[in-house]
Amino acid sequence: MTGRLKPKHQRLVLVVVALIALVGAALLASWALRSQASYFYLPEQMAEDPPAPDQAVRLGGMVEEGSLETLADGVTISFTVTGRENSAIPVRFSGIVPDLFVEGSGVVAEGRLGADGVFVADNLLAKHDENYVPRELQDMTEHQAAEMAEDTTVGL
Amino acid sequence: MAAELGLAALWMAAALAVLQLLAGALALRGGERDGAAMAALVRPAAAVQGLLAAVSFAALLWVFAITDLSVKLVAANSHVDKPLVFKVAGAWGNHEGSMLLWVTVMALAGALIAAIERRLPERTMLATLGAQAFVGIGFYAFLLFSSNPFERLPVPAEQGLGLNPLLQDLGLAFHPPTLYFGYVGLSVAFSFAVGALLTRQVTPEFARVMRPWILGAWVFLTLGITAGSYWAYYELGWGGWWFWDPVENASLMPWLAATALLHSASVLASRDALRTWTIMLGVVAFSMSMVGTFLVRSGVLTSVHAFAVDPERGSFILALLAIYIGGALLLFALRAGAISEGKRFSATSREGALVFNNVMLSALLGVVLLGTLYPLLTEAFDVRVSVGPPYFNPVGAVFALPMLAVMAVGPLLRWRRDSLARVSKPVILVAAIALGVLVAVVLLGNVHILPLLGLALAAGLAVASFMPLRGRKLLRTPLSTWGMIVAHFGIAIALFGMASETAFSEERLVAVADGDTTQVGPWQVTLAGVMPVAGPNWTALEAKLAASYRGGAGIELDPQSRSFWSPPQQTTESALATRWNGQLYAVLGAQADDGRWQLRLWWKPFVTFIWYGGLLVALGGALSIFGRLQADLRRRTARRLINERRTERESLA
Repeated sequence: MTGRLKPKHQRLVLVVVALIALVGAALLASWALRSQASYFYLPEQMAEDPPAPDQAVRLGGMVEEGSLETLADGVTISFTVTGRENSAIPVRFSGIVPDLFVEGSGVVAEGRLGADGVFVADNLLAKHDENYVPRELQDMTEHQAAEMAEDTTVGL
Repeated sequence: MAAELGLAALWMAAALAVLQLLAGALALRGGERDGAAMAALVRPAAAVQGLLAAVSFAALLWVFAITDLSVKLVAANSHVDKPLVFKVAGAWGNHEGSMLLWVTVMALAGALIAAIERRLPERTMLATLGAQAFVGIGFYAFLLFSSNPFERLPVPAEQGLGLNPLLQDLGLAFHPPTLYFGYVGLSVAFSFAVGALLTRQVTPEFARVMRPWILGAWVFLTLGITAGSYWAYYELGWGGWWFWDPVENASLMPWLAATALLHSASVLASRDALRTWTIMLGVVAFSMSMVGTFLVRSGVLTSVHAFAVDPERGSFILALLAIYIGGALLLFALRAGAISEGKRFSATSREGALVFNNVMLSALLGVVLLGTLYPLLTEAFDVRVSVGPPYFNPVGAVFALPMLAVMAVGPLLRWRRDSLARVSKPVILVAAIALGVLVAVVLLGNVHILPLLGLALAAGLAVASFMPLRGRKLLRTPLSTWGMIVAHFGIAIALFGMASETAFSEERLVAVADGDTTQVGPWQVTLAGVMPVAGPNWTALEAKLAASYRGGAGIELDPQSRSFWSPPQQTTESALATRWNGQLYAVLGAQADDGRWQLRLWWKPFVTFIWYGGLLVALGGALSIFGRLQADLRRRTARRLINERRTERESLA
């Protein structure tokens, strides 16, 4: 792009450079997205093909009835997340639970699967509108009563 | 009565938009003589359309202010017990009302252009107003056929369902209109771009006419994003300020496009280069605000900001999207070849740096767009994916960091052609500062790579943003240059806030009984008790916390867990103690079985700088608009004086 180029050529060079950058961005993005494809897990997927121990993922499912327990420190809870099939992942979470987080409701937990097979959540996604069901959990209603999921789903 | 008046005004405004489009089209077709009669209709039509839309919106404000519960929208989104300010804010805190606000602002903008803008060639002006009407018609149709805000209920409601409690917050009540002003400002830029494409007149003058609108839109978008981020920070109680939520991305994407457009329009205005690229960005920027509206309003994507899921509306907006964006891109493809690219420049020049910034911004835009739409794409193949920070942060940084580095150097370069040797001294100084900070932070301890680079770049950029003042007289520096300096400095400040918050935040999660003391960072926090309190339409449990910074005087903090009764919903009201060097953030959780209360505390050093930075960026934009308008006014006055003298001389002769 020196002064010697004709305007037409400079324009062409600009277009080519911009195209290379944009295609590069698209390639990088799609490569990163493919590795993200394993970002959201259902319990059965996590049981079958667990993510790497330090990989940040989301686990979505239903909080099993009777599994919710508060540990001695007063801020850590443990519960089990179940999916459509008979697989269950134990989850531990330290923090303030969303108001509508109850047994039998849907949940999306963000965190990592520990080496001991317990999913350690950094965040339980909170519900913001009673009419709202997260898309990831819509299929859960086959497993649980549809109405209950509508009423109690906890999701981002 | 007010509702019928509002609806009638809306229909008439829509009819005038149709007239404006037809008259504009006929005037362009008809040529000088035959088109004149039609051309004379366009500006008055735009002006009256603006007035009627304003009447319609005023009617909506009125029915909300008096809580007319026979109007369906009021009954669904308001409540007799609500404070007046939220009753009024309820007018746009819902789908129909916000779309009416959108149309109103757009029509008023059209009226303003029609009334004051005289610099463009008349044919381009007609084409622009026609394009503006064409966009408007789609939104009028959307309102009138699919989202009538004035629909009556067969039987009036008794109380109303209430406004989503999360929206009952002053920050949020006023942040959607702010964003809408931004979106609509971009619709004006879009209309100008289409107008210029139709008449093939892409000139520096055109860029100067378009620029205040882009700047205005950009200022509002910046303010809206800043306010929205602060709202998410204190209202959701999660302690974060950016979640890469689709709704957040929906406002970020037009901002990125507008930022690119702003800079390329500057090149066009001052150097007559990048003509087609500027037009292209004008189309893309508005497309992004439409895509944003589609994502937010159709509910196709999972979002923290829950909006009603309505496929019919989604497909309506999708159809509008296809017509406007598809149409504009088609027009662009047909006409772009006819627009020559303008002046040449070398790679190391102000233009070169701005092109780099433009390409990086476009790449960032692409990255965010792909990440936001990816879950939709995979779902077509029945794979459920959610894309989050692990994707956006690193991939975004690949493009953002080099852009920020070039941003430090770009303003130092001369237009057209320059050499790096000429600016080597300031560049070395800036690089040394950045490197020094980098080393200092590495020595300080265990900081992750992205916040580390962020801190170093922020320091370098903060210094570099004032470099353009070298050798200038401060008082004689044009306001628009000050605008650029302040905006770039604001970016540095915001970046510093983001990086510090990420790098140095400390968190404490405890269960405490009354009288217990806990420590987070330099703070000591004691729980004095938890008691019930009541507000106008909620009750809450409120914790009394006594916090002291390094043993200093106590500050009282009152985080709440609030219950609204209409609609029944719980919200977390965090409490914040702000110091110049950061914020203490406290959230009250549930009561454990043994009677202890859960408390979550964060010490976030310099977190407030994120939003101060945002405000500075917006201030920079505002200064720039003001400076440009001032310069235009001066130019106009000078031209008038010259003409007056000339006529005087002629009459003497």
